[in-house]
Amino acid sequence: MEYLGLYNYWVFAVLLVTGLYAVIVSTNLLKKLLGMSIFQAAVFLLYITMDKIEGGTAPITRAGAPDQLYSNPLPQVLILTAIVVGIATLSLGLAMVVRIYDDYGTIDEQEMARRDRE
Amino acid sequence: MVTVFIVFLLTLLVITAIGIVRTRDLFAAVMLTGIFSLELAIVFFLLDAADVALTEAAVGAGIATVLLLGALALTDDRERGRRMRRGLGLVVAAGAAASLVYASFEQPRLGDPLAPAHQHVAPWYLEQTPELVGVPNVVTAVLASFRGYDTLGELFVIFTAAIGVRFILGTRLRTLRHGELPSADESGLRSHLVPAVVGRLLLPFIVLFGLYVQFHGDYGPGGGFQAGALIAAGLILYAMLAGEEAALKAVPRPILMGMTVAGVLLYSAVGVAGMLLGGNFLDYSVLLADPVAGQHLGILLIELGVGITVAGALLSIFHAFAAHRTAH
Repeated sequence: MEYLGLYNYWVFAVLLVTGLYAVIVSTNLLKKLLGMSIFQAAVFLLYITMDKIEGGTAPITRAGAPDQLYSNPLPQVLILTAIVVGIATLSLGLAMVVRIYDDYGTIDEQEMARRDRE
Repeated sequence: MVTVFIVFLLTLLVITAIGIVRTRDLFAAVMLTGIFSLELAIVFFLLDAADVALTEAAVGAGIATVLLLGALALTDDRERGRRMRRGLGLVVAAGAAASLVYASFEQPRLGDPLAPAHQHVAPWYLEQTPELVGVPNVVTAVLASFRGYDTLGELFVIFTAAIGVRFILGTRLRTLRHGELPSADESGLRSHLVPAVVGRLLLPFIVLFGLYVQFHGDYGPGGGFQAGALIAAGLILYAMLAGEEAALKAVPRPILMGMTVAGVLLYSAVGVAGMLLGGNFLDYSVLLADPVAGQHLGILLIELGVGITVAGALLSIFHAFAAHRTAH
């Protein structure tokens, strides 16, 4: 049971490197973006893991419960905005991928390099 | 019990992520991404982050999937190239994973009340929020009031991204106007009876829930970011049901652009109003005679600004992708 409290961090590590692996190995631009999304989600998980307090509840205060323990609101604020910024940057990346496809007819890096050489 | 559920969900997350990376069918990968976001939202909820869970469910599982499918429809849905640098990738991934797991042994256990993250400024926020800001949802108070600068910056990022997408994809808009209109009957869910009927029934409730989340965000989980995403999701559903033309007739493009700008302007104007009334930028306490009432008003207004910009930005991004498709 001692190590069960670290499981979140291990999942964070595995998700992070899974995303990183996709970015390194795949030559498909859309797949690279998906890999980056997984990488980003791993960071979200790390932050939200840090907000949890044993016996706490969501940080929405209730009158008449002075002893209630609340989880940490700060990581939640950071990640809440980061999720929405994440979708905005993802869509910018997707727009670039679409424009690249318009010009090259492919979203594969190697194929693009081959056409550039021709 | 909850711990077991979290462990189960986290394991599912890893399996889904590996599925996304392994499959060469990009359509399957995008669908798995939606499932991944939903699992992640449940994990967030179980870890006491209700606001974050709501955002992840609306943005990650809803809108991101639609945008990815839109991009997929414009490009290629098979991953064709041979994978490169497989050995290098494995070595880097294994090395990074090993060092992160090694570092995790120094981390405080999940839920440890003595963890350094809970010692510094967080207790202050929890103690002072009822007195200084007076809204029950501490996440909203920190987001909109204590860290209002941050949130304004984030809003500008979303604004910039929406403008950027319009610049990158909007070049073909003119050819659309002169060329033939897209064939409307095959677009969207219209030809499928069950999604069409259920979608039309759900639509008003999605928008109503979005408005509830917008204006109840001080008291319960919610706020401008979630509400903007929910309302955008509702209108995207409408676009899929009734076709893009009808959706653009309901909310024309200039209005979407106007919304994107108006939200940012409203947020900034509240900040400047604070300065004119003798306080600091984004200091809401001076807006009204009673500082706590001023905080309420300020939070309500800037959350409204956030909601308007997020909804406008996400919708104009969606329409940029949709119009690009019909231009081909």
